[in-house]
Amino acid sequence: MSSSSGGPVATATHGDDIGVWGGGALPYAVPSKKLGMWLFIVSDAITFSAVIFSYGYLRLAATAWPRPFEVPSITNATVMTFVLLSSSVAMVLAVRASSIGKVSAAVGWLVATALGGVVFDILHIHEWVGLIGEGVRPFHNPWGTPMFGAAFFTMTGLHMVHVTIGVVYLLVIAVGFGRRKFSAVDVEVSGLYWHFVDLVWMFIFPLVYLLSAKTA
Amino acid sequence: MEHAETAGLKIVFSVWFGLLGLTALEVILAYRQLPLETMLTVLMFLSVIKAALIIAYFMHLRYEQASLFVTLIPALVFILIMMTVIFADSSRLAHMRSLVQ
Repeated sequence: MSSSSGGPVATATHGDDIGVWGGGALPYAVPSKKLGMWLFIVSDAITFSAVIFSYGYLRLAATAWPRPFEVPSITNATVMTFVLLSSSVAMVLAVRASSIGKVSAAVGWLVATALGGVVFDILHIHEWVGLIGEGVRPFHNPWGTPMFGAAFFTMTGLHMVHVTIGVVYLLVIAVGFGRRKFSAVDVEVSGLYWHFVDLVWMFIFPLVYLLSAKTA
Repeated sequence: MEHAETAGLKIVFSVWFGLLGLTALEVILAYRQLPLETMLTVLMFLSVIKAALIIAYFMHLRYEQASLFVTLIPALVFILIMMTVIFADSSRLAHMRSLVQ
């Protein structure tokens, strides 16, 4: 209904009758929804950074930080990284298909992307269950430095919540785009969110898993 | 339609392979016996490259107007740099712990 979704974004098209101060120009040459998602992503990046910096603070202040991740855990986390990166490529293909009007291809790639998210979640929950089985709790674990659990569960949990929300978001967009209720811009905006979730994992994976790999 | 140019499929797949390769490199590095500080620096350097690739090509920022980049990224980088002030305190805590022991 609104002209912002999928409509022309060039500044010159309806500049004369509305004018720059009446909303006739888009200073970033992107639809409002896209700018909104970008602003959300920046604020969300700051949220994640606060959590990651807190972990850095705790780890630097601790005398010995646990390094409990053995080869199976690192392998699991590496596979999770590959799955998430590949789902991002599926998302790129969904955006491309939607922008040239290939509806069923776009829906297919969106579902594939969401599936990647589901696989990621399952593998990560498997890792969580393993650690909880070893006795890791938010403020207690078998290896000393009680805050290890709090840092681990907060960082990976916040990310898992983002992946789960992303899966629901992508499926809603897939259904809506299939029914022509949503535009190609909506697909692109959901893609921005998904790539951001992927991007955050590129920091959590080395900081949480690789720097705590059991090497000896 | 609204984008004058976008990343071609060739670029998308090159970026994908690049990201997978950098991830594999990070995992290999994790098993090298490096000091923690060196390891942290190298891993973060590689992660920033990966993040930049994702932002530029997957999130398409390379093909947007420069004004969007200028609005979003420098302020974020500035905030991240400001957050590092807390680390002085964590080394103080570590120092105090060593005095107690």
